[in-house]
Amino acid sequence: MTIDAPPPAARAATSRPAKALGAPIVLIENVQKAFGDNHVLRDVSMTIRQGEVVVICGRSGSGKSTLLRCIDQLETIDGGTIRAAGHLMGFREKNGKRVALRDAEIARQQRDLGMVFQNFNLFPHVSVIENIMMAPVRILKRPRAEVKAEARELLARVGLPEKENAYPRQLSGGQQQRVAIARALAMKPQVMLFDEPTSALDPEMISEVLDVMVDLSHQGMTMIVVTHEMGFARAAADRVVLMHGGEIVEEAPPEQFFTNPRSEHTKLFLSKILSH
Amino acid sequence: MNWSWTFFFEYLTNGFMFRGAWTTVWLSVISMTIGLGLGVVAAMMKMYGNAAVRYIAEFYIWLFRGTPVLIQLIIIYTGLPQLGIRLNVIESAILGLALNEGAYLAEIIRAGIMSVDKGQNDAARSVGMTWRERMYLVILPQATRTIIPPLGNQFNGMLKTTSLASVISMEELMRNAQMLAQINFRVLEVYSVAALWYLLLVSIWGLIQQRIEAHYEKPFGPAAAISPEAAKELKKAMQKAGATKV
Repeated sequence: MTIDAPPPAARAATSRPAKALGAPIVLIENVQKAFGDNHVLRDVSMTIRQGEVVVICGRSGSGKSTLLRCIDQLETIDGGTIRAAGHLMGFREKNGKRVALRDAEIARQQRDLGMVFQNFNLFPHVSVIENIMMAPVRILKRPRAEVKAEARELLARVGLPEKENAYPRQLSGGQQQRVAIARALAMKPQVMLFDEPTSALDPEMISEVLDVMVDLSHQGMTMIVVTHEMGFARAAADRVVLMHGGEIVEEAPPEQFFTNPRSEHTKLFLSKILSH
Repeated sequence: MNWSWTFFFEYLTNGFMFRGAWTTVWLSVISMTIGLGLGVVAAMMKMYGNAAVRYIAEFYIWLFRGTPVLIQLIIIYTGLPQLGIRLNVIESAILGLALNEGAYLAEIIRAGIMSVDKGQNDAARSVGMTWRERMYLVILPQATRTIIPPLGNQFNGMLKTTSLASVISMEELMRNAQMLAQINFRVLEVYSVAALWYLLLVSIWGLIQQRIEAHYEKPFGPAAAISPEAAKELKKAMQKAGATKV
């Protein structure tokens, strides 16, 4: 959690060359979301470009996880617009009006976004390789042999080639999270969303997951990462966003975010997160 | 003392009793299978349906858990003909037992589905699964593991509940024992043999159940992960199912 001791991968990449970003791939406009009287997202707008890595941080309850879940349609928004990977998420336009999509249509949109959860949420009843293969084989109906070869490549990429036949419960938290990343990547998503991917991990396992994520960012994956790992933000983020009370209060490149924040909220947040 | 070993052994090896026991087995299996189907549908309706659908499911569960299966059987076989619905003995027995069982299983299945971690649904959605795919590939396979033990319990109960079908003259083990009793009035001997048959059937089922449970235990690896609340919920449903059972 401290900026003084970033994970190895982060340390290696403190001065990295500027990255060429592509066209906007996630467009969030005036998004609102409330759970009853609790307005979790007040009016959030943000644009993420292809290949960009955005780190979102903020106190718990600031709306950062909800924003991520709204982008992936795990929550339905109450107002505003989310466009991601070419989809108007959750809706379709008909004669200038918006019509809410049905479950199966939302599922089709979700295939283009990958999500990694705080609690991994691997499917415990199937093996590691089946976790990765399930969606491509059963949903996209792609040939098993081809998917299996890809799944093995993915496992090698996240450093777990020997765990193919293990069951999730036999793996450590860090290993499970790496499998979860592979499972999401197997659908070849255009955007990867990470919801506090290291918060449930023992400290010694955090870096193995962050290393995989840093790797992924080097390969040009568009990533939105909700995390408090400021080492990762320094190493891989193109932009760091601070949310407070359901709004974005600071949005800056990491250098500026850490050294010269404008918002009082950011200063307070940084002083808290960097002091221990 | 008036206990005849001769009659006892005669009944024990009696083909008529054996046929009755066989009827008990297939009647149980068929009723349970149909009941399971009804239970899954009712559970789904109750959990995922709109208000109207939910009320239909709740009404069904309430009605069939709230009335004795004996009355249900009699109404189906001897009552419905008054409304012009005529079912034969076998149809009536299967229908009555299955409807009754489905109402109990619905609650067990619901508890099983609820025991699956909510994150599983999120994960299944995040890779783009539709509701049916989520149910079929992710939720139900995991719910099965929690459902299997109480389900085995229910089948154990079913083997014995079928004896109630004797009142509508279904020729299963109990009915056949009654008929033999009326011939020789060797009541103690014949019902002792009937009781032994039930014990045997239930014991065999116990062995089968063990194997099934072991099978479903395997793929998850060590240690079941079910939240304490879910375990409580499941226990409640099992008690409900067991407590009012004959």
